[in-house]
Amino acid sequence: MNLSKNWLADFVDIQDIPTKEYCDRMTDTGSKVEGYEDLGEDIENVVVARILKITPHENSDHLQICQVDIGNGKTVQIVTGAQNVFEGAIVPAAIPIAKLPGDIVIKAGKLRGVPSDGMLCSMGELNLTEHDMPGKEPNGILILDESFADKIGQDIRDALMLKDTVVEFEITSNRPDCLSVIGLARETAVSFNQPLKLHTPKVNGVDDGDKIDRYLSVQVEAPDLCYRYMARVVKNVKIQPSPLWLRMRLRASGVRPINNIVDITNYVMLEYGQPMHAFDYSCLTGSSIVVRRALENENFRSLDDQDHTLSSDMLVIADQERAVALAGVMGGANSEITDTTSTVVFESACFNGASVRVTAKKNGMRTESSARFEKGLDPENCYGALERACELIELLGAGDVIRDQIDVYPAKKEGVVLPFDVNAINTFLGTNLSSAEMKTILEALEIKIEGNRLIPPSFRADLACMNDIAEEIARIYGYNKIESTKLHGETTSGGRTPKQQFEVDVEHCMCGMGLNQVQTFSFISPKFYDKIRLPADSDLRKSVVISNPLGEDTSVMRTTALPSLLEVLTRNYNFNNDDVSLFEIATVYIPTGKNTLPCENKTLVAGMYGNCDFYAIKGVCENILKLASITNVKYRSDDANPSYHPGRCADVYVGDQKIGIIGQVHPLVMKNYGIDTAVYAAELDFDAIFALRAAEKLYKPLPKFPATTRDFSFVCEESLEVGTIEEEMKKAGGKLVEGIILFDIYRGPQVGENKKSVSMRVTLRASDRTLTVEEAEKTGSKILAALNKAFDITLRA
Amino acid sequence: MKETLQRIKENALTAIRNTDTELEQIRIQYLGKKGELTSVLRGMGVLSPEERPIIGQLANEVRAEIEAALSEKAAMVNQKALEEKLKAEKIDVTLPTTVSRMGHLHPLTQVQRSIEDIFIGMGFSIAEGPEVEYDYYNFQALNIPENHPARDTQDTFYITDNILLRSQTSPVQVRTMEKQKPPIRVISPGRVYRSDAVDATHSPLFHQIEGLVVDKGITMSDFKGMMETFAQQFFGSDTKLRFRPHHFPFTEPSAEIDVSCFVCGGKGCRVCKNEGWIEILGAGMVHPFVLSNCGIDPNVYSGFAFGMGIERIAMKQYGIDDMRLLYENDVRFLEQF
Repeated sequence: MNLSKNWLADFVDIQDIPTKEYCDRMTDTGSKVEGYEDLGEDIENVVVARILKITPHENSDHLQICQVDIGNGKTVQIVTGAQNVFEGAIVPAAIPIAKLPGDIVIKAGKLRGVPSDGMLCSMGELNLTEHDMPGKEPNGILILDESFADKIGQDIRDALMLKDTVVEFEITSNRPDCLSVIGLARETAVSFNQPLKLHTPKVNGVDDGDKIDRYLSVQVEAPDLCYRYMARVVKNVKIQPSPLWLRMRLRASGVRPINNIVDITNYVMLEYGQPMHAFDYSCLTGSSIVVRRALENENFRSLDDQDHTLSSDMLVIADQERAVALAGVMGGANSEITDTTSTVVFESACFNGASVRVTAKKNGMRTESSARFEKGLDPENCYGALERACELIELLGAGDVIRDQIDVYPAKKEGVVLPFDVNAINTFLGTNLSSAEMKTILEALEIKIEGNRLIPPSFRADLACMNDIAEEIARIYGYNKIESTKLHGETTSGGRTPKQQFEVDVEHCMCGMGLNQVQTFSFISPKFYDKIRLPADSDLRKSVVISNPLGEDTSVMRTTALPSLLEVLTRNYNFNNDDVSLFEIATVYIPTGKNTLPCENKTLVAGMYGNCDFYAIKGVCENILKLASITNVKYRSDDANPSYHPGRCADVYVGDQKIGIIGQVHPLVMKNYGIDTAVYAAELDFDAIFALRAAEKLYKPLPKFPATTRDFSFVCEESLEVGTIEEEMKKAGGKLVEGIILFDIYRGPQVGENKKSVSMRVTLRASDRTLTVEEAEKTGSKILAALNKAFDITLRA
Repeated sequence: MKETLQRIKENALTAIRNTDTELEQIRIQYLGKKGELTSVLRGMGVLSPEERPIIGQLANEVRAEIEAALSEKAAMVNQKALEEKLKAEKIDVTLPTTVSRMGHLHPLTQVQRSIEDIFIGMGFSIAEGPEVEYDYYNFQALNIPENHPARDTQDTFYITDNILLRSQTSPVQVRTMEKQKPPIRVISPGRVYRSDAVDATHSPLFHQIEGLVVDKGITMSDFKGMMETFAQQFFGSDTKLRFRPHHFPFTEPSAEIDVSCFVCGGKGCRVCKNEGWIEILGAGMVHPFVLSNCGIDPNVYSGFAFGMGIERIAMKQYGIDDMRLLYENDVRFLEQF
């Protein structure tokens, strides 16, 4: 809402308060000021002047030399290129050193050798438009009419009423009453403890015995959507531009002047917050207005010449035959005010907010009117606004107002009554205000006090409970004056849940291993599933789909976080960042049904490229599982996952439960991302790891007896996995085996093609004695025998 | 014999003095089983009983002196050897480390965790809830019925008519109040979604952290006090707060809260756009309708709720001028935090 301070001054006297101070206080009491602009500041030393004499320019066939009276008995010579000037014309003249909008400075100079002490201005040079200055030549010099004859020498900003300050307010949706000059004047008056000077419109009406019912009847067929419908008729209308003062107030408020009738409806809407509409009476068929629901597929052309197909949940204003307005949103082209309009019907009505909102939204036409109605307006305001419109008709001499009016008011709403409990309010706010202090505030807000009952005014439908009253008192008293106290009461334990804490621990562990944490969007393009080569029938392709996405690339909720991570890795690769390793604890969204919420699971994804290999990503996985004290982990090679390299991929098992996958991302996947470096990734089920973690850690006594080691080196088939050998050794060695480590793998001509030499060290220990050489040998032999039996492998010579 | 002993001593000491490497040979030569001194002692049988103890004592003194000289010299040699060894082992301390680089937590996580920790210290627990949420929890239970104009300020992504991507973390408050009876002190951090196109200050996905306190006798003073405590812990003990009346459907009274600029202290700078204040929180006393919607009697209990955008705080705090950097995840950016 843009508020003109000149307009505000009609209702409250705050001229002495600097604008900055005004804005701060209004913000403090709840009408948030976004900013303000001093209009006319960008114009300096431009005066009303009269051209006395025009002579041709010797060296130019388009320039003319004007002798110009700039008041106070001074005459200057100004050269102009405009052709619409004439002797005797009243024009704006910029007198050096002058300033014009757009930081233009006018200095004295010479034009083709002839001195020019200034510049005659067009409307554009004063930042005015044809709408501000109707009937004036937009391209030539602005020629003012003879009514400015007594203003020669006057500052153009005063003569054209260009000086104003416009304060821009952010009005919250609960205060539609403040979308008006009067509403903000009321807030201003309360905030500065000044009287509010409200004006009661006075309409004389034409004294010819004419009655409105000779012209019009109004039926409200949908009283659930139309709470009140008022109408008045104006005849002998003369359509013409509005007077300057009215145009300038509209201009300051950001509304374009059109003609006197349309301007009056806009003026009243701005002043009262009550949207108005004017119909051309001659266009209404059957002398009647029917407020009804639209027919299904009814056609309607709005006055901006857009065609709409209506539905039965929309409310229209219709005549006997067709819709003439979309209630509360916009009038129809079929009944628009034109230059030939001679009889006007003014509508001042109150419609259901939700209905107007839906109608405006469905038709894609949010207007100043709908923006007000949708917040819920006060039916009581219809009357004053309509009176004011008719008063302005008479003031402007725009037509003859018929004396009576139509008022269909199906259900006048009872005002709410709230309890006035000073103690409760003080207790709630933590204040210690007296009853009298509270009363002063409430009365200034026009809330009636009857003993311990409060009756809010009809325009404050937002006041519905004690909290609302407390807020009124608090905001006027000053939020910042309320004392701050420390919370008291029962102690709460607080803290993170074990799972939340585990997440923090995992994050730190990942960082400790050198991975950077990333944050990627939860929604992705469905094409991402193709990029990671998910099979066409994969369940992971079934995503939660956003019905109104911003674009295809953010249209489904991801079921896997791998593509997002690969996207980030690719971006870093393209930025030439070396050796990148990243992770995210990402949520994935697995659909459960059309009308139920998806499962939101957490997955730990990690990815890296550069100075790393499969075993680096495996180490990350191992450390996380170690952090969770999970021991029975197995890595089973997986050659069937289309996202991963068939020879460099493993499923991670804890017991028989698969909890993740690690490996080199399939080169074809990386090709889809457009890069050709080896990328390694891990996808681990965070929820499963948390569930499987050993929450309690038990101390195991340190060994009291020495260990002994046995080294084994043998040649085996290349395809035999070390993990398999290790398992067999562990099984054969029994409980004396404390640990097995691989210390060398050798491939070369000595061991033969498709073979490898593996060297492993077994640590043997008994917890209750020092092992004898015989015992150690016996265990070693058992292990060898088992290996020989299982894999046909023997010790290397 | 005295002279012999004297000579042995002098020869031995001279030899010790003149070598670094042959100390062991010297020891054997003089003190060994067949050494010179040992031989002298063996020949003591020829001495008279009067002379024997005198020469014996002298011989022991000589042995002690040679032994002392030997061990002193050995210590000196060792010391010298060590010094040389250490000198040879000198390295270039300016070479780069071989320990792998440490990773960095995302700046949004860092901000979120510090805010969480402050509230955990005041007895709050962390509540979580679904990001894909029912309309009821995101809007209706929060006093925002269908076609309420407040829905306009949060352009929402819908899955079905009834299911949406939460536009705020407030539905977690409703779910908490449905499950838990007062006293309630929770914060709920998480992702929220609004249909805003990506630019330097907007993102269709961002993070909020909300808080909720419900108990008997909670006042607006308490609310102000807690906001101050939080802001002073997070932004610094000199931080001042400014409460501005505002409107949220689910709180009444409602406020927007500015903190004095933590960069310039309120004098005005680029970060606070010369205002001296930075808007950080939206908050207020929980609306009685919301309490009753969740089965909590507003005549017995009251409370307050607050919410803040993590991106906004991170951007202000670290001076990040483009929100897109937070989701681009360029390691050159991430490694600055």
